[in-house]
Amino acid sequence: MIVIIKLTQRHCEQILNYCQNEAPNEACGLLGGIIDEDVKIVKKVYLLTNVDQCPEHFSMDPQEQFAAIKDMRTNGWFLLGNFHSHPKSPSRPSEEDKRLAFDPEVSYLILSLMEEGYPILKSFRIQKDTVSEETIKIIAGGA
Amino acid sequence: MQIKVNGKDLVLEKELSVKELIDEQRIEAPEYVTVQLNEEFVDKNDFSSIIIKDGDSIEFLYFMGGGRI
Ligand SMILES: [Zn+2]
Repeated sequence: MIVIIKLTQRHCEQILNYCQNEAPNEACGLLGGIIDEDVKIVKKVYLLTNVDQCPEHFSMDPQEQFAAIKDMRTNGWFLLGNFHSHPKSPSRPSEEDKRLAFDPEVSYLILSLMEEGYPILKSFRIQKDTVSEETIKIIAGGA
Repeated sequence: MQIKVNGKDLVLEKELSVKELIDEQRIEAPEYVTVQLNEEFVDKNDFSSIIIKDGDSIEFLYFMGGGRI
């Protein structure tokens, strides 16, 4: 099983900036890229609209989801995972996050903005009630 | 007949409804699946009545969301 997901510094900044701008609402998006042996390598971060527009819930806009998936396919990428923010809670899947995690193959990244100035990004795999943390590797630079 | 499911070719022996294809593909938690048929969203109420035809392209996508609690 894949346990490492690689993002560039730029990808992390995109996620962080977007989530901070959307706060206090939860923000969300998708990660597209390639799988090299047992490492997921993110190529693009897709910033999606949280149609709930709410600090305590998120639902991705299906239209934007389809558009992102098609863009990935055009580029020869796969859906590697998704991200969402926890503006006021720690970086771990909530009960509802787990209940609504239907795809055991994708990574669920959670950015906690709970502590000001100390954003925490973690990645998880969720299979029913079993949550396992993945290693995030941040590589310098990136487009 | 040949269709595309999530961008991949699939050969079907006969025409199926969206619901029948969901069952055949063993999609878990179908109540959380959004469907596009030839780029158009399909209403859940029409899953049984809409028939997939030769050359159609169908996309299944899980709802992605969560909550704080
Ligand atoms: Zn959450």
